[in-house]
Amino acid sequence: MSDHDLDYKRELKSYLLGYGLALLLTIIPFALVAWGALTFSTALMIIGLLGLLQIVVHFRFFLHIDLSRQKREDLQLILFSALLLIIMASGTIWIMGNLMSRMH
Amino acid sequence: MNREAIKHPGLNLGEHHGSAHIDAEKIVFGFWVFLMSDLIIFGLMFATYVSMLSGTAGGPGPADVFNLKSAFIQTMILLTSSLTFGFGSLAMRHEHNPRALLGWLAVTLLLGIAFLYFEGRDFTDMFAKGATPMRSGFLSAFFGLVPLHGLHVASGCLWIILMMVQIGVFGMIPMVKTRILRLGLFWHFLDIVWIGIFSIVYLAGLA
Repeated sequence: MSDHDLDYKRELKSYLLGYGLALLLTIIPFALVAWGALTFSTALMIIGLLGLLQIVVHFRFFLHIDLSRQKREDLQLILFSALLLIIMASGTIWIMGNLMSRMH
Repeated sequence: MNREAIKHPGLNLGEHHGSAHIDAEKIVFGFWVFLMSDLIIFGLMFATYVSMLSGTAGGPGPADVFNLKSAFIQTMILLTSSLTFGFGSLAMRHEHNPRALLGWLAVTLLLGIAFLYFEGRDFTDMFAKGATPMRSGFLSAFFGLVPLHGLHVASGCLWIILMMVQIGVFGMIPMVKTRILRLGLFWHFLDIVWIGIFSIVYLAGLA
């Protein structure tokens, strides 16, 4: 078997593995909500955690972002954007939530 | 295993693709900068949505208007379309004949259109229940966020059609290959934004 066939097999497996993991991480939170036996805060925590995990799975298996040294700049771009996003989004939610509680 | 040097993140075309592989380094990095700025826009729409959650002004809330089954169907369709696009990318990387690539692009396009159909049906159901964007701050924020993603999927579908035409007209020249590479990043990125939407909007809204 040539190098190319091996590459093809490996890459195909990687996509299928990513799809399988993403499927699992999607079905679990949907099933939990449909089942509806958890308290709101527990459900929220599980949904958030599985969502973050699924984002990592998509980045790793579909967008092929990993920790290899050859792609550091791009990883830094993504992590810096994520940092900006966390500051802006959590800042917005914090300030607006605080304002709302003061108005009541 | 002896691997080829990687030029950029994502699926590399490989050295046997010549200039398309070399050009991809700068082009793909630039496209990542665009994707990340798009991510900031989506992120702030999410922040607005969360701030507006309690602003229902006596109108319908999340539990009154969201449909878990429909959200699940849309999630499955979009996730599967990411896989079929991945198959297309692999066909482009490993095969000379673009027939397999065209086939997978067509499947991805159909899944994208199916997604838009189910999303559109959700919106018309919501309108029928009186949940229009004008009703409350919560609904304004909802219709700012979720249709923005739908608009991205629609432009992705248009982009797929354009690339299928370009493959037919120009053949698999380097310009076409790097465009399909970027289309792939765009499509997978939209699936990541959807994870946020189904978790924060639909699942948290119905939990």
